[in-house]
Order: sequence, then structure tokens, then C-alpha cells
Amino acid sequence: MNVTHRLELRDICIQLGDHVLVALDTEIGPGEVLTVMGPSGSGKSTLLAYLAGFLAPEFRAKGQVLLDGHDVSSLPAERRGLGLLFQDPLLFPHLSVSGNLRFGMPQASTDKAARVEKALANIGLTGFGDRDPATLSGGQKARVALMRLLLSAPCAVLLDEPFSKLDTHLRHEMRRLVFDRLRQAGLPSLLVTHDAEDAEDAGGRVIDLSH
Amino acid sequence: MMLRLAPALIVILLVAPILAGLAMALLPAFGYLPVLGGDSLSLAPWRALFAEPGLWRSVAISLASGLIATAVSLAVVLLYLATATGSRLDRWIRRLVSPLLSIPHAAAAFGLAFLIAPSGLIARLASPELTGWERPPDLLIVQDPWGLSLIAGLVIKEVPFLLLMSLAVLPQLDAERRIAMARSLGYRPTLAWWKVVAPSLYPLIRLPVFAVIAYASSVVDVAMILGPTLPPTLAVSILGWFSDPDLDKRFLASAGAILQLGVTATALAIWWGLERLVARLRDAWIARGGRCRGETGLHVAGKGWILLITVIAFAGIGGLAIHSVAGFWRFPDALPDNVTTSHWVRSLPSLAGPVASTALIAVVSTLLALALTLATLESEQRSGGATTRALWLLYLPLIVPQIAFLFGLVVVMEQLGISPTHALVAFGHLLFVLPYVFLSLSEAYRRFDPRWSRLALTLGASCNGVFWRVRLPMLLAPILTAMAVGLAVSIGQYLPTQLLGAGRVTTVTTEAVSLAAGGNRRMIGVWALVQACLPLLGFVIAIGLPKLLWSRRRDMQGAP
Repeated sequence: MNVTHRLELRDICIQLGDHVLVALDTEIGPGEVLTVMGPSGSGKSTLLAYLAGFLAPEFRAKGQVLLDGHDVSSLPAERRGLGLLFQDPLLFPHLSVSGNLRFGMPQASTDKAARVEKALANIGLTGFGDRDPATLSGGQKARVALMRLLLSAPCAVLLDEPFSKLDTHLRHEMRRLVFDRLRQAGLPSLLVTHDAEDAEDAGGRVIDLSH
Repeated sequence: MMLRLAPALIVILLVAPILAGLAMALLPAFGYLPVLGGDSLSLAPWRALFAEPGLWRSVAISLASGLIATAVSLAVVLLYLATATGSRLDRWIRRLVSPLLSIPHAAAAFGLAFLIAPSGLIARLASPELTGWERPPDLLIVQDPWGLSLIAGLVIKEVPFLLLMSLAVLPQLDAERRIAMARSLGYRPTLAWWKVVAPSLYPLIRLPVFAVIAYASSVVDVAMILGPTLPPTLAVSILGWFSDPDLDKRFLASAGAILQLGVTATALAIWWGLERLVARLRDAWIARGGRCRGETGLHVAGKGWILLITVIAFAGIGGLAIHSVAGFWRFPDALPDNVTTSHWVRSLPSLAGPVASTALIAVVSTLLALALTLATLESEQRSGGATTRALWLLYLPLIVPQIAFLFGLVVVMEQLGISPTHALVAFGHLLFVLPYVFLSLSEAYRRFDPRWSRLALTLGASCNGVFWRVRLPMLLAPILTAMAVGLAVSIGQYLPTQLLGAGRVTTVTTEAVSLAAGGNRRMIGVWALVQACLPLLGFVIAIGLPKLLWSRRRDMQGAP
């Protein structure tokens, strides 16, 4: 995980009809977290959908998404190398905890079992591999979701208000964990949120869409 | 690539046989069928048809029983829903009604016949104390000339259908908040339901209601068991003409099939007019703003009728069971003198073949229907959730009377040189299985949270990977339920089996219905009970298998 990655957003412009929702030109270096802030309806979720490859057909988008210099904006979602962290942990209910962690691991990777064990130990959940995700607490689920993302070896990460549904006391702890791990992995990350504290804890640049 | 063709394939598979069948009924109806020597157009078949004694009475009974059975079933369902509050009684009723849906029409009809016949269970329970009857009274209750028992038999089966259709769409309406709002304006709860929920519910169940009208006005098997005989309903008459050894009667039958199409269309048109009328009356009633009057009556009727129907249906199945093991049974005795397994033992050898045929045809048609349904729904998901407009055509096989196009289809198959085999029958069943499988699965599939597949894609899974590893396992329960519905629909089919199988493919249903004429109640009890139990097997698996597979996955336990 020591390879460094860089995400460049070149002249991104997303329109709904004639109305420009988002216009953005920036780049995110390895281990950097860029926060995009804005109230609901400001187009920040649309921006994420566009980057990840799920833009609804009623929107029009221009621009280039360069990941390590390659334009990924015409690739299908599964080949972009962009990981996504949602508001909810969304652990697959039909898989065990380790099944969830394995789900995203590249098929060629060897010693999967050992890496899953290591990942669980890494988030303080040693021995939880066989558990039903439904029996985990909210914080534990969020940690498994983060590990699943990292094990899928993305080249950059998109965060869609991943802390908004956590209890207040967990939120701060979870933010630190997430940002630390992303930085360690050297991943460029884009966080969208409406919570100013998220931006503060992320510690990177902030783009405010409401202006 | 193949996926994108799936919606078109479904439409062609459903529409082409119906159009071909109708065309091949229309041509002979005007005297054109070269194989039988009819090579010029004429009105002779129609003259022969109108010369049939009792034709108009047949038409009137078909029309009336279709409309009345539908109106009564709809009323019972709405009355119940208006009073349903989620109490323990309500949950109990729902749990009882769902299995009723899976019981084939013929079995339910036999059950009712055994109950209400002059020597049936009700007469036995009430005799001789209440009625004074020492021997069965000479009354024509079953197969009464007015078609009342036919209507009752249809209502027993259509109430569960309309109830489940309504329960499927009700969550969209947010009924609880609407009622809370109306109650805060002073309306009593049941009245509030009728005034603020029913008007939005009806448009959502309109197509199923139309399907019930079409079915009830053209049904064959139930009418053979419970309907009048001299003359029978139009659909039963047509089947008689078609099966007549005199091949010239086929022209007459074809004209009859077209007339049946007209009768069903007329029933739908009358219903459409009634809808307008009721909507006007309803608007005036709502505008008047009454808040209390009628509350008690509506409330009592709501639970009473549906309970009565459920009890009758189950008592009927119970009656089948008793008859199937009854030994000597004198008339006013409520129960037989002794119980015997001899009817079962004697039937077993002849049961094996038809049971195997039934299962084979049901499994093949259901699997085909499931594959087509999944392919269509999956291609919808991949193309961004756009539903194919033409899919309303799915309702076509449910709205066009079976008897109107199946004859023509048989003629088409004869001309193409396709012999009546299990495969042909399974294809015929597919026409009716496919719509039900699609309708019962599409809701769950389309409502499936898109974030799961997005998540899986961003984790690097391919589109196919998402389907096999995420959507399929997570939707296992609704998929199995849709399969159980498909199996039940196939098992219950009488006319397609009889016609496309040309009597050479026998299933439990065709055998049971053919026993109706003989009147051997012990044998009917055995066969109808087998017919009723086969579809239940499917539902037991559909409910049990996910519980077993996901016993260690708590979030997979509830309905997805």
C-alpha cells in the first residue's frame, strides 16, 4: 500500500438542464483529504455520483477525471479504481464479517485469509470473522466497512458523509481512524459533507459549494 | 447483449401466441378453415351458434357471474382493509388468507360443493335437528340454474387474490398518516379509510380487478364443477362444441370463442361504466362530509365477511380430506361411521403418473418464466432503471379469456405439425405463469436499494458479479416466493393442459376436473386434496429455505 496515487479533476462541470450545479477544477495528492462542503441540494452528492460513475442520465457532465494521469471518466464504475464509503456501513447482510472483507479483495491476491485476519486485528475485532454483521455495534460495522474499502485496494477514495449517522461520541473517534488510515495508505480522498466538524477533522483544503 | 433482448422476447412470447390464437379463432368463426373443408368466408357458423338452444342464457350467466363475483370479492376485500388495524385478529386473518391463494380453483370449488350440497357437510351438521331432513333434500344447490354457487366458488378464490394485490401496494399510500389526518378532522376511523385511502387504492389494483373480471366471466373448470348445466356457461358450452367428435362443430366453437371475447369485453365495459358511476357517488358522499354515520355497520361487515369466506374455504378443504378417508357414511350423520385408507390405496397407482406430469410441467414453465423475468429485470437495472413501456402487455394473457385464443392456438400448433407433448403444454402454461412470476418479483427487484450494487461495483465486482453475488442471494426470498406462485399457477391450469395436451397429457388438475361428472365423492376427495396440497409444497419451500439458509444472518430473516 505504499504506492502513491493522485486524483485530478479537470474542468468538471455538471449541469441539470441549463443550471450549472457544480463546477470544479482541482487536484488531490497522495494522502490528502479534500472536503467539499455544501447544504443538501448543492450538488455535492451529484459530484460523487459522477466521479464514481453512477450519474443519473438527466444530468450532463463535462470534464476529465484523471487517476494517476489516466482518464477514467469513460470507464465503467467497477474499473475506475475509486472506492466509496457511504453514510451507512452497508455490510452485506448475507455474508459473514470476513465474507464482507473478502468481497472486494482483488481475485489474484494470495493469502486472503491471513490478510482478513490481520485487517480484523487492525481494527480491534480479532475473532469476529465468522460473525453475522447484524450482531455488530454501529461503530464496529463502520470499522468493518472502512477495512473492506481498504482491502479492495482502491487508487482513490470518495466519502459520502460517512460520519453523519454515527452517535456523537463515536463520530470523532471514527473520523480520526478513517483519516489516519487513508493517509497511511497514501490515498487521495474526496469528502463531501455538510458538517463543518468533518472538514475540521479532515484537516485538508475545503471547497464550499454554497458560494 | 442477450439481456437487452429479454424484454422484447417476453413481449413476443406472450403476444404472438395470443394474436395467432385469436386469428385462428376468427377465421373459422367465419367459415374459413381449409383443413376441415371451409375455404370460403360465410356467416354459417354464427347462424348455427345463434340457433343453439339456451345460448343467450349461457351468455347472461357468464356475464353476470363475472361481474357479480368480482364486485363481491372487491367489496369484501375493501371492507376488510377498511377495518384492518394490524391487531392480532388481522394478522391471523392475513396468515390464513395467503395459503388460500395457492389452492387451485378446482380444489376450492370441489371443497365448496362438498360443503353446500344437499348431502354436504352443512346439511349434515344441521340435520335432522334444525331442518328435520332424514334424507338429503331434493334441492339443486350446487350447479343451480342462477349460477349462485358458481359465484360463491369464484369469490372464495378471488378474495385472497385481490387482498394480496392490495396489501402489496398499500405501503405506497401511507394509509396510517392519511387516516390520522382525517381523524384529527373528526372522521371515525373506518369512514376515514373509505374516504381518504380507498379512492387512491383502487387505481392501483385496477388491472388485477380487470383480470378477475376476465377470468370470472370465462372460467371453465370452476363452472364445470359448480356452474349450471342446462345450459352451462358460455365457456363450458364452447369446450363441449370443440371436443365434439363431429369436426364441423369446430366452426361453431370458433364463433363461440369470438362471442366469449365479446362477452368478456362487454363485462369490462360495463365495469368501466360502473366505475364512473361509483366515482360520482363517492365524490358526492365525500363532499357531504359525514363523519360518523355508517361507521358501526362498515366496521362489523369488514371482519365478518372475510372471516366467513376464509372459514368456508378451509372447511371445504377439510371436507375433501374427510371424504377421501370416509367409509360408510349415512346421511344425517356429521361424520362417517369408519375411516378407511382404501380410496387412497386404490388411487395411488393412478396418481403417480399425473403427479409427475404436473410437477414436470410446473417446474419447466416456472424456471423458464423465472429466467425471462430475471433477465428482463436485470437488463432494466443495467440500463439505469428505465422500465420497458411494452411490459403492460404482461397483463394480456390475464385479460384475454383463455378459451378465446387457446382453440386458435391448438389449430396453429396442428398446422405447424407440433404434436401435443409435455413441452407444448409447458409452453402453454408459460403464457400464464410468466405474468404472475413477473408481477410478484418486479416490485422487490425494482425497490432493491441501488446502493448495494453501487457499493459492490466500487469494490471491483463486475455487473455479472453483482447479480450473482449480491442481488440474487439478497433477493432469494422474493425469488423463491415468485417461483412458488409460478408453480401454483401452473398446477392449477385446466384449459391449457386439456387443449394443448389434446387429452394425452394428464395432470392432477385435468384428472380431478374430469371426475366431477362421475360424482364419486371419495375419489374426488383424494384427487382434489392432492391438487390442493401440491402448490402448498412450493410455498413451504419458499418460506422454509431462506430461514434455513440464513439462520445465522439476522438481517436476512425479515422480508427484504
